[in-house]
Amino acid sequence: MLSRTADNLYWIARNMERAETAARLLEVGARISLLPTAQGYRNDWDSLLRASGNANGYAAKYGHPAQAQIESYLFFDRDNPNSVASCITNARENARIIRTALTTQVWDALNTAFQELRQLSAQTTPHELSRLTDWVTRHTAMVRGAIDATQLRNDGYNVLNIGYYLERGDSTARLMDVKYYVLLPRADYVGSGLDNDQWAMLLRAMSANRAFHWAYGGEITSGKIAHFLILNPQCPRSLITCMAGVNNHLTRLAKLYGRESEAQSVATRLLHDLEKQSTEQIFEEGLHEFLTRFIGEAAGLGAIIHNSYLSGDMQ
Amino acid sequence: MTPYFNEMFQNNAVRPPYARLEGWSADMPANIRLAKQAEAEALFRRIGITFAVYGEGGDPDRLIPFDMFPRVFTANEWAKLERGIKQRARALNAFLVDVYGRGEIVRAGRIPAKLVYQNAAYEKSVCGFVPPKGVYSHIVGIDIVRTGPSEFYVLEDNCRTPSGVSYMLESREMMMRMFPDLFRENRIEPIDSYPYKLRRTLASVAPAKCDRDPTVVILTPGHFNSAYYEHSFLADLMGVELVEGQDLFVDGAFVYMRTTEGPKRVDVIYRRLDDDYIDPLCFRPDSMLGVPGLMDVYRSGGVSICSAPGAGVADDKAVYTYVPEMIRFYLGEEPILSNVPTWKCGEASDLKYVTENLHELVVKEVHGSGGYGMLVGPKSTKQQVEDFRALILANPGNYIAQPTLALSTTPTFVEEGIAPRHVDLRPYCLVGERIELVPGGLTRVALREGSLVVNSSQGGGVKDTWVLAE
Amino acid sequence: MLLSVEHVTVYRYDRPVRGVVQSHRLMPSKFDGQKVLDWSVTMTGGELGSAFRDGAGDWVQGWTVAGPVDEIEVRVSGRVLTTDLAGILRGHKELVPPEAYLRNTEATFADAALQELGQIIAAAESPLGGCHNLTDAISDAIAYKPGSTRAHTTAAEALAQGEGVCQDHAQALISAARSGGIPARYVSGYLQSGQDGMDHEAAHAWGELYIAGIGWIGFDPANRCCPDDRYIRIGSGLDAQDAAPIRGISRGSGSEILSVTVAVQTQEQ
Repeated sequence: MLSRTADNLYWIARNMERAETAARLLEVGARISLLPTAQGYRNDWDSLLRASGNANGYAAKYGHPAQAQIESYLFFDRDNPNSVASCITNARENARIIRTALTTQVWDALNTAFQELRQLSAQTTPHELSRLTDWVTRHTAMVRGAIDATQLRNDGYNVLNIGYYLERGDSTARLMDVKYYVLLPRADYVGSGLDNDQWAMLLRAMSANRAFHWAYGGEITSGKIAHFLILNPQCPRSLITCMAGVNNHLTRLAKLYGRESEAQSVATRLLHDLEKQSTEQIFEEGLHEFLTRFIGEAAGLGAIIHNSYLSGDMQ
Repeated sequence: MTPYFNEMFQNNAVRPPYARLEGWSADMPANIRLAKQAEAEALFRRIGITFAVYGEGGDPDRLIPFDMFPRVFTANEWAKLERGIKQRARALNAFLVDVYGRGEIVRAGRIPAKLVYQNAAYEKSVCGFVPPKGVYSHIVGIDIVRTGPSEFYVLEDNCRTPSGVSYMLESREMMMRMFPDLFRENRIEPIDSYPYKLRRTLASVAPAKCDRDPTVVILTPGHFNSAYYEHSFLADLMGVELVEGQDLFVDGAFVYMRTTEGPKRVDVIYRRLDDDYIDPLCFRPDSMLGVPGLMDVYRSGGVSICSAPGAGVADDKAVYTYVPEMIRFYLGEEPILSNVPTWKCGEASDLKYVTENLHELVVKEVHGSGGYGMLVGPKSTKQQVEDFRALILANPGNYIAQPTLALSTTPTFVEEGIAPRHVDLRPYCLVGERIELVPGGLTRVALREGSLVVNSSQGGGVKDTWVLAE
Repeated sequence: MLLSVEHVTVYRYDRPVRGVVQSHRLMPSKFDGQKVLDWSVTMTGGELGSAFRDGAGDWVQGWTVAGPVDEIEVRVSGRVLTTDLAGILRGHKELVPPEAYLRNTEATFADAALQELGQIIAAAESPLGGCHNLTDAISDAIAYKPGSTRAHTTAAEALAQGEGVCQDHAQALISAARSGGIPARYVSGYLQSGQDGMDHEAAHAWGELYIAGIGWIGFDPANRCCPDDRYIRIGSGLDAQDAAPIRGISRGSGSEILSVTVAVQTQEQ
């Protein structure tokens, strides 16, 4: 496969997953803003922007955070490279470039999302936020489903999955980290009722609320949450599931090509590290510190994957 | 009575090739017709077959209108066209090998040296090089118009990278999908072997240094190009990689593509990129689209480039007037297809005639393409004619003029029902180890009433083109 | 005359580049005025690519260097036995028709001033005399001043400012000659330096004009003469860029610093 084809497949996956992250962030923000607080108005939207890595771009354009602007920034704004609109447009462009590497069903799913997005953007009446986020998760699921149902299980399929899992791991880590930013000013909230409410919201934003209760039951605690979202291989968004997915598809790629790659050995090491972790160790290190380290390591792995398979420089 | 040749109706009778279409079109209720038309448009949009027009802005995903009424040739008509097209393709290639070699046709005084050697498309860097099988132009698109039952004229030759073949194939696909009965009732020659034949043609001109099954690729300027759909369509149907310049690189004496498994050698490049852009070392140093060092590899026989750099000198509009001469000179035959009479504004007597008769002539830029920079005298206002006169007088050598041809018409679905519209034809002749073409071509139709301009950039549409089996 | 050449070009990149591709025309031309005794071109880390003699008679050699690399040296050295043929390119095999050298490029576009100079040719009694007159006129019109022009200065610009180097002289000469109807081309090569006390450019350039019945003849407006046995001819083209002895491109974001040293000397035979 051409390296450029692989690169575009990889970015279709990352962009679609990133679009979903933007929508989920919006959902978290909207729910947090509905919670009663002791001080009345709290600027949690700002924390949200910081957690998602979008704070500088937003500040440069709008300055002070305000809900309506943040909504439009995270959803429709093409100046924001991580907005839903940017990600879906980019994914569709990636797909157009390598149209023939995709099945009609996958192209249809991507193209339909793009065409509907253009209509949504043109609409003048205010959008209902929950509808927008539903719209995103529906379309990302349709693309993902079309890929699983129709794409050949060849190297391109592995590359798509590597992109999906890597981006999803990054997304879970960032969404969890929202908690850190939101709570940062008031450490005494930890363990309070408010703390648990916020964790519940995060689960809901990740569509993992019910799954969590089935798996753990009882009261929501930070320990259970961390276990669920980081170390539980049953959770579809947990860091360990994502890293196992990356590792699995890198291994298949190496087998297919009959040559080992640095990316594969790094992914295997990261997976083993996670498998040896316990929630106690994570809290000892500090959740925020742990997540920051994970995000950095995942980005490093992304760079190695780029060099190994996507840049075309491999000899 | 219209002065134009109507390909379906003559003297109030239906010409035989269209016999079975009369009932079909007459019986189709308006609502079905509209539904079918909408279905076709939806299908075209879904597969992404769109066309962007340079400099027009607007919708980058614009569709070329598709007309469902097919255009039909009999086996006999086609047999003559086919012979004429192949003859022309042979002569054009012989010309190219000659003018980059000894230049016999120039030495013999049959074509002015200036026209050839000072031509911007004459590429001195390939002088002395004979491409594999002696072929410069591997896909020759010849634009043909019809003015009577057996009167066909060649309007122009396209020796570089003629586009539109995807429309030929997709139009057929669409018709077979929507009107399968028509294909049962009429015996229509299939054209779906075109991608296979194209690949076979390209593989047949692999360089001598290639000692295995040749790796063929299509080189595209990228997904912003207006013909990108066609590039990816052909790559897909041929089962070859669609590459951009950045996907290729030169290492030692060969060209490789960058793949996830490491470098893979490339033997034949079907490029859809102008000469100027293919190698920044040789041509435009600012080109980001090409492959540095490609020309050196090409010249030393490490890779084949189709069409060969320099092929453009054969399809120049001023050189066009000498094609009949080429046929006589190289093949010793009389041209089967005629040229349109052409006045060269660069010559004083012709210029005088042209400027005195502008209102009834079509004037074209020698190096222009796609209907830009042209004047259709009878359809222009006095002011437009005067403006164009000034352009011609400022640079006469840049223009040629032809009579306004009475392009034939075929029935076309229009808002009010069915009406005659003017058409032309572009068949695609493949030249490699053998010369062949599929029975058919791209029929372009001027959808505006009375219009003679069929270019898709100027309101033209496309039709399926049928050649009936004997 | 026996001339020895030492020509070293060094490319340094501030950040390592991922690869380099070059196309060289660095072999002395084959004609009656030159006989190569020994000649070598080396490139650090370079892999020899395609090689062929082109239609203009120049030997072209491709090179590639696999990165990462931050410095590349191209070293040319050799000895050539030269004969003075009064500028005539006798015995040179080529296929490009002279008419192909009537076309101008951006760098040789003839403005009104260059066209006027072009009329010198027709005004003379013979085309050959006209070409000599034109060479003198260019020499008078453009004073030799190193650093006064850049690589992309056009013939018209150099003439307008009245200063330039051998590249500008050569491009102005061929531009004016073409507008006077004489096929003309840019020639790159070497010139033995120092002996006459003049400060020559050792990596030199001049023009060649085609006169029917005689053939290609060299004219050097920078030195107001025709090339003799102090000159080594390397290659030709429509302008300086087209005739460049080294064309190359690197893959990467590093910026390039170029240094060139050339020494051409006479040797005892």
